Amino acid sequence: MITLRVNGSTFDTDSDPETPLLYVLRNEMELNGAKFGCGLGQCGSCTVLADNRPIFSCLTPIAMLSEREITTLEGLGSIDDPGPVQRAFIEEQAAQCGYCIPGMIMRAHALLLQNSAPDEAAIREALEPSLCRCGTHLRILRAVHRASDGFQEQTSAAGESTQ
Amino acid sequence: MKVLYGIAVALLVLAAAAVAYAVSPRAIEAVKRPDPQSFDGATVAHGERLALIGNCAECHTAEQGEAYAGGRAIPTPFGTIYATNITPDPETGIGTWSREAFRRSMYEGLDREGEHLYPAFPYHHFTKVLPEDIDALYAYLMTREPVRNEAPANELRFPFNLRPLLAGWKLLYLDNGRFAGLADADEKVNRGAYLVQGLAHCGGCHTPRNALQAEKKDEFLQGEVTENWYAPAISGDVPAAVKWSENQLADYLTGRWVEQHGVALGAMAPVAHNLSRVTDEDVVAISAYIASLMEDDTAETDAEITGAVGERPDSGDVGAVIYAGACAVCHDASPSPFAAGLPLAFSTSLRIPTPLNLIQIIENGVKPPEGQPGRYMPGFAGALTDEQLVALASYLRGRFTGRDPWADIDSVVKATATEGSAGAEISNAE
Repeated sequence: MITLRVNGSTFDTDSDPETPLLYVLRNEMELNGAKFGCGLGQCGSCTVLADNRPIFSCLTPIAMLSEREITTLEGLGSIDDPGPVQRAFIEEQAAQCGYCIPGMIMRAHALLLQNSAPDEAAIREALEPSLCRCGTHLRILRAVHRASDGFQEQTSAAGESTQ
Repeated sequence: MKVLYGIAVALLVLAAAAVAYAVSPRAIEAVKRPDPQSFDGATVAHGERLALIGNCAECHTAEQGEAYAGGRAIPTPFGTIYATNITPDPETGIGTWSREAFRRSMYEGLDREGEHLYPAFPYHHFTKVLPEDIDALYAYLMTREPVRNEAPANELRFPFNLRPLLAGWKLLYLDNGRFAGLADADEKVNRGAYLVQGLAHCGGCHTPRNALQAEKKDEFLQGEVTENWYAPAISGDVPAAVKWSENQLADYLTGRWVEQHGVALGAMAPVAHNLSRVTDEDVVAISAYIASLMEDDTAETDAEITGAVGERPDSGDVGAVIYAGACAVCHDASPSPFAAGLPLAFSTSLRIPTPLNLIQIIENGVKPPEGQPGRYMPGFAGALTDEQLVALASYLRGRFTGRDPWADIDSVVKATATEGSAGAEISNAE
């Protein structure tokens, strides 16, 4: 049995140790934010975070993750209370079919945790492993810029409250 | 006592010779930049192909910088050297260099003013190059757009920051003979040898170096570490599962995917990209010469190779579990031709004396050059802990080559993880 820590809760699974995390997330935990796209680490739609770094959950056996904190799209907020990156994607309407968007949001979130005011080059570099076939890239870029503003407000608010 | 005395005398002689040599270089008079129209188009085109074979732009261009305008940092064990601007800008480039000054720099490692140049600039290879080829390179460079860009000053530790000392290095290691031709080799192999030993300076990465960074002549192309990649042996006992054919080498050298060998990565990727733009005959010649240097009996038997593949791992082995869950989907019967990884029994990276290349590839993946088609592998940096990376690498080495584990794997993983270098195709080396 392997114990995973996902979005702050623990989850025990009897799946084989080489089972990709994505299958456990979707089939056992019913966390359907991360999507199966290619299964080969080439499209990015399965991206989740392990210790705040993006990983392809379709290529990450659960045996690798027992000691790490996994964050999925569901961990960033809810429909009623979306997180800053999710809110920015909604406000910019940065989705068409939407299949790649969970991966895009996770990568953007990981980037903003590292660098809350990324320039366009940094955003492009961070999102490069995620593919979008609809062509909403310009809206996605705008959404990440907008989320960056949200992140900075949040950070400065947090800074003030601790003073 | 006698030995000490001998060493002291030898040092004195050497120092005296170095001083004599050091004071001799003179400046060559500055000229007005030659009119680009004065160069013949065919010569310029020839020079362009030679510049690609020489991989000149790789070192003489900074990241995001203008081609040939210099400024790229070249790490050495003695500090950082910054590549110079070789566009024809009169103040920051080589605009005031005459043909004679350019030839002298290529043959003697001196700039126009007579200052010694560091052998990061591989003039110890360029001594082999024919004067007419040097002149074609000159024609090509002098017809580029001048770019004003002052390269940063070198950051070298004392005493390596003292250029006159390079006179001593040259006395010891600079071989002034032009390429003499190989006995018992046909024209094609001779052409390849001329390019490999001279302008292409393959030994710059592939030949082991001594403590003073001179290439060891008796270990020609036997493999060396260069900027966090290992340039494998390409002569003698070559770490390949099956012997390279001339055609496979030609494909590899032009950036194509080669079944049973893979694709050029790391510092070799830009070399291959450049060679894909030169004439086929030159690539074929280089391939023929390199193939002639590789020993015939290096290849492992088919039985050994196929025996390794398909052998199922012990499921208690973390490396085996990771391979099964993260790697096998592409490297073991991939469902898609676009994602077909090299069956790892053929991997050169698993056969070389260091895990450097394997770690680079696992962490950073494989990407074709920007805008080019090619195989893609995602990087796993962030997905694997250091311990998991060590377990995976050790497992792959054992399962697919049967070789002993790498002794330095822990330190390599630790060093690579802290550096967190960018994509595998981006790293370059001289």
